[in-house]
Amino acid sequence: MVLARWLAAVPFIGFLIGPIVHNQSHPFIFGMPFPLGWVTCWVVLTALIMWIVYSIDPRNKSEDE
Amino acid sequence: MNAALIVIVIAALAALGLGLLARKGHAMGLEQWTVAGRGFGWVFVFLLLAGEIYTTFTFLGASGFSYGLGAPVYYILAYGSLAYIISYFLLPPVWAYAKKHHLVSQPDFFTYKYDSRTLGALVAIVDLVALIPYLVLQLTGLGIIVDAAGYGAISKEVAVWAGAIIVVAYVMVSGIRGSAWTAVVKDILILVVVLWLGLYLPFHLYGGIGPMFAKIDAAKPGFLIFPAKGMSVWWFASTVLLTALGFFMWPQSIAASYTAKNARVFRRNAIFLPIYQLILLFVFFVGFAAVLQVPGLKGGDTNLALFKLATQQFSPLTVGIIGAAGVFTALVPGSVITMTAATVLSRNLIALAKPDMGDDEVATVAKWAVPVIMLIAVYFTLSGNQTIVALLLMGYSFVTQLFPVLVASLMKRNPVSTPAAIAGIIVGVLVAAYLTFTHATVGKLMPWLPQMIQDFNVGIIALIANVVVLAVVSAIVKPAAKAQEV
Repeated sequence: MVLARWLAAVPFIGFLIGPIVHNQSHPFIFGMPFPLGWVTCWVVLTALIMWIVYSIDPRNKSEDE
Repeated sequence: MNAALIVIVIAALAALGLGLLARKGHAMGLEQWTVAGRGFGWVFVFLLLAGEIYTTFTFLGASGFSYGLGAPVYYILAYGSLAYIISYFLLPPVWAYAKKHHLVSQPDFFTYKYDSRTLGALVAIVDLVALIPYLVLQLTGLGIIVDAAGYGAISKEVAVWAGAIIVVAYVMVSGIRGSAWTAVVKDILILVVVLWLGLYLPFHLYGGIGPMFAKIDAAKPGFLIFPAKGMSVWWFASTVLLTALGFFMWPQSIAASYTAKNARVFRRNAIFLPIYQLILLFVFFVGFAAVLQVPGLKGGDTNLALFKLATQQFSPLTVGIIGAAGVFTALVPGSVITMTAATVLSRNLIALAKPDMGDDEVATVAKWAVPVIMLIAVYFTLSGNQTIVALLLMGYSFVTQLFPVLVASLMKRNPVSTPAAIAGIIVGVLVAAYLTFTHATVGKLMPWLPQMIQDFNVGIIALIANVVVLAVVSAIVKPAAKAQEV
């Protein structure tokens, strides 16, 4: 559970760091200006991270609840 | 009658029919009407929780925002994802507590957790002040959509009244089930329309997404990145964090979470909701595609960017289908908002004055509160009152003020006492109101601070004031020492 919480905190930094460090339109990511491409990548990464969080969270193993 | 109008009218009637049919086989007692007897599986809960993203704001606002301001619109894509991460941890305990105590509204949660009907009533007032402008926004959007997509054949007034009547009818009859059923059609329509528009327009007009952004970047340097001052990267970071906290504080979102049949629904949805949000990206594409195609829209007219471009590019039939999707984005969230406001009014305010009200009576009063709430919203929509715009900006910062008090109540030992919760919310809300009405920014209030902090979202000040008051009052009036029941 502790690991899951730390993992879930990662996107909070991930989303914000890109535009702060590199606020330039180039290089384009998937045809999008850098800040937009960065945010888009993190949306997908967030889903992946939450999938991992879901799988390691023991509460999701039990059928009842 | 043109083809566009026929499609729009059919869509409106379909929404009405589906909304009414949704009642089938269910006696509408309080718990059925408000939270569908807590029996929804992940699909309906998913659609109700995702409903927040697909309002008329998505359709008109997000495309207009991209068109008018460029890069700052990216924040919308970021805050939703973070809010869904929060929901993974926040909603299961809220849901479990609500189920145990048969809660049907978001103020109920505060009433029970803090054992104070006064706190519940305070939260209810905050909710109503936030919800009614939000409903006005949906109706205003509906008027704009029907006017634009119907080529002006139906006036905004007629559209607003028709929409209001449809929503009132199916909300009174079917409650949250009506919203859930119509949400299915809404989401399918919007998915198809937005994906198609967001790909077709850039490819048809510019030869692709990359070439489109390259052309905009060349024509308007700096438009696709955050400005150095004002809506800077620091504005972006602070706004994303602040709105992520406020996202699930909306009373309709909490009430929607009560409809789930188990807590795992939320944890599973936290995986898929971020991806679902990517639809917004395609709305941005439409807004950006309009930048070089229909230049010159200013102020409120930027909200017309999508329809200006659509009527320029497509046949009336296609415009009608886009309009139909737009009508659903107004009606479905409008129905959820109306129902939530009516429930809160009946259960947490009127029942306070009349404590012997049973559940059936609360339900009856709530159902009759539906047309009342709607009439107030229609009045503000048609009078075009400017205060409502300010109220709308405030709505989000208002509900965000509930976050610290709610999170504290989920801890094993709640560090916040009831008087502190009341004081904190009142101070937070008053500060938020003051900041909104004076158009304050951190930079204006504290010009000696570094530029980076000057650009922070001003709502943070209200939240800080709230938390300081919570801490100070809790230190003076200590919370009861008993451990919380969870």
